[in-house]
Amino acid sequence: MQENYEVIVVGGGHAGCEASLASARMGAKTLLITGNIQNIADMPCNPSIGGPAKGIIVREIDALGGQMGKTSDRSFLQMKMLNTKKGRAVQALRAQADKVAYPEEMRRVIKSTKNLSLLEGMVEKLFTKDGKIQGIQLRDGSNIFSQTVILTTGTYLKAMVLVGSEKTSSGPHGEEPSNLSESLKELGFQLLRLKTGTPPRLERNSIDFSKTKEEPGDDKNYSFSFDQKLKYDPKNQLPCYLVYTNDLTHQIIKDHLNESSMYGGFVEGIGPRYCPSIEDKVVRFSDKPRHQLFLEPESKEYDDIYLQGFSTSMPHKVQEEMIHSIEGLEHAVIKKYAYAIEYDAIDPLQLKPSLETRTRFDCWN
Amino acid sequence: MSDTIVAISTALGVGAISLIRLSGPEAILIVNKVFSKDLTDVSSHTIHYGHIKKKEEIIDEVLVTVMRSPKTFTTEDVVEINCHGGIQVTEDVLKLLLQNGARLAEPGEFTKRAFLNGRIDLVEAESVMDLIESKTKQSRKLAISQLNGNLSRSIERLRQKLLDVISAIEVNIDYPEYEDIEEMTNEKVLPHLKNIQSDLETILKKSESGRVIKEGIKTVIVGRPNVGKSSLLNQLLEEDKAIVTDIEGTTRDVVEGTILVDGILLQVLDTAGIRETEDKIEQLGVQKSLKLIEEASFVLVVLNGSEALTKEDEELLHLAATKPSLVLINKNDLPIKIDTTMVDQYHPIYMNTKEEKYIDQIKSAIRELFQLDGIENDDFTYLSNARQIGLATEAQSLVNEAIVSIEKEVPIDLVESDVKRAWETLGEITGKTYQEELLDHLFSHFCVGK
Repeated sequence: MQENYEVIVVGGGHAGCEASLASARMGAKTLLITGNIQNIADMPCNPSIGGPAKGIIVREIDALGGQMGKTSDRSFLQMKMLNTKKGRAVQALRAQADKVAYPEEMRRVIKSTKNLSLLEGMVEKLFTKDGKIQGIQLRDGSNIFSQTVILTTGTYLKAMVLVGSEKTSSGPHGEEPSNLSESLKELGFQLLRLKTGTPPRLERNSIDFSKTKEEPGDDKNYSFSFDQKLKYDPKNQLPCYLVYTNDLTHQIIKDHLNESSMYGGFVEGIGPRYCPSIEDKVVRFSDKPRHQLFLEPESKEYDDIYLQGFSTSMPHKVQEEMIHSIEGLEHAVIKKYAYAIEYDAIDPLQLKPSLETRTRFDCWN
Repeated sequence: MSDTIVAISTALGVGAISLIRLSGPEAILIVNKVFSKDLTDVSSHTIHYGHIKKKEEIIDEVLVTVMRSPKTFTTEDVVEINCHGGIQVTEDVLKLLLQNGARLAEPGEFTKRAFLNGRIDLVEAESVMDLIESKTKQSRKLAISQLNGNLSRSIERLRQKLLDVISAIEVNIDYPEYEDIEEMTNEKVLPHLKNIQSDLETILKKSESGRVIKEGIKTVIVGRPNVGKSSLLNQLLEEDKAIVTDIEGTTRDVVEGTILVDGILLQVLDTAGIRETEDKIEQLGVQKSLKLIEEASFVLVVLNGSEALTKEDEELLHLAATKPSLVLINKNDLPIKIDTTMVDQYHPIYMNTKEEKYIDQIKSAIRELFQLDGIENDDFTYLSNARQIGLATEAQSLVNEAIVSIEKEVPIDLVESDVKRAWETLGEITGKTYQEELLDHLFSHFCVGK
């Protein structure tokens, strides 16, 4: 590890991987810093890649020479083309990624890319001189210099995990949160507080699949990347399963509504419109008799099932009641409970369309 | 909009009072530099007596109104100075303000700021100008109605209907796996689009009335020399001449050729030509008449009933038939020699310019032709200028396209793109979506100070 780089990327999630690979492939001396080097390209939430909106992004990344599409093509459990009854422009490819194979493949690519170095560490400060970025300072006090710093911190800035009324300073998956926010504020950035959530993971063997509807992958072969046409046996794909909430589920939610972090008033962040919690759905659409949920396999390597559509911040006990009220999940064992997470973000109005910061500093976010 | 603009809002000329207006973050600060009283902490919407001073010299004795953001015309701080209405005095006050940090406003810049700051939309902005320019009771009513948002609201209702269709289609596209969401099909969408289509048809049909109210009807009076066009013109103007010449200071030129029928302006083109050819034996020339008829929205053809129909008469009748027109057979106090079987197909009015009753008949026929009776009692929700009508027409053809596509069984996501463009196009009427150049062009037509 040197002390001087051309580009430093802070955070090793999807964005961090793409940024550091792009930079290194363009020939710039790049350093990717992440809190936990074992977790580069980790997928803390939804195992799916693509879909109607995100699928366009994956294709664009691929067209620009990025990695996501290629990695997904080598590590998917299931491929499905959506909107096949409509025109070509809205047909969307969606893959369920293997949460073990995907990050492994991404890490392999990163480790084998020239000009790209890795470092495990927490960035505490950005420092500047005469209005230009000079580099970063780690928690241990050491400085690393660079002409450009790219922040891809995801949901880690001053992250707080919320379950009911309990707030824990933590990143997703129990990882350490980042203290970079203070430094950003000192540099004059306006920060927003955002919130999102993740659903519970259930043990596969505790689910009664006979009460669910199977949703297999498509018969045809698809690939995200335009580089190569994949050849795989569609029958080897893992299916997803459809279940529904019911009146009892909704009643439980309503009865315990003020125990949820959001509705109990324990959260200050704003949630994204497209990712509502199950409480949001029940409250906003109280006359809907049922809400659709998908059981999605997370990996061939282990038995966790991701309960899509059931993001919640209810206390653990309530989560159990809610899940057991669902047909097919009466005896489901919860391997990981759901939680909401709050984190800082930079107000995008301070960025140029290129995502470069508008202030005098040369700092991308 | 970070600077403070200033302009003379009253017409430049000699009058008792002139009004100079400033708008912007430093409006109060700038006026304070030249006013005899400290305005820094005065309450909003108050009027103050004092003097405009340049150092120690008193320029004028004035009343100053201070209005603080956001409840002002532009939503910025606005200060209005009522000064004495001489040209010199007004300009001196203006100059002083310019020297103290204000910038001279561009034409329409105050209204433009009101629009950009979201206090009014584009239709309302246009109606400000219409109100200033309105010359008839009806056009004033139309401008007020638009300024109050009547047209904007009815456009918004229509946009909402379109948005409902758009969202229903798009939710299907974005969430294809959710079977709980109603599957939007062409069949389900069609009745909604047809309903919207008929709304647009109604709005556009009525817009003709809107244009007529605002811009008047360009009228030409054609006929051979000596058929009595000039006398007819005098008769038509006669009723209004009296009203007009009673008001001191109005010039006849402004009124020349303007006929009021039920509050609608008829602008008669080429009144000089009418008067010129009256005593000349020379032929008017079919070419000249053709040109006039082309420019007109309404044609009055005058024939001499006491003479036989000439070839030129027939040609004029032919040309006039291409536009809304009225045929008048003049001089019915003399024996009729014209071939009535030839002319009766045009439903002419037999008349003479000596008796008043015929003028009433003519005005009645005009009312009927342009359906002016309906206008008096209307809610004045009309599109009233070429820009608004053009956009509504474009929206209509997009909706029609969408309906045709459905009938051709085109996939619904393609149908939706026409519906979406129709929604955006209607949005351009109220300025929900706009282009910079359009705004510059639109507001440049305003006189300064508004």
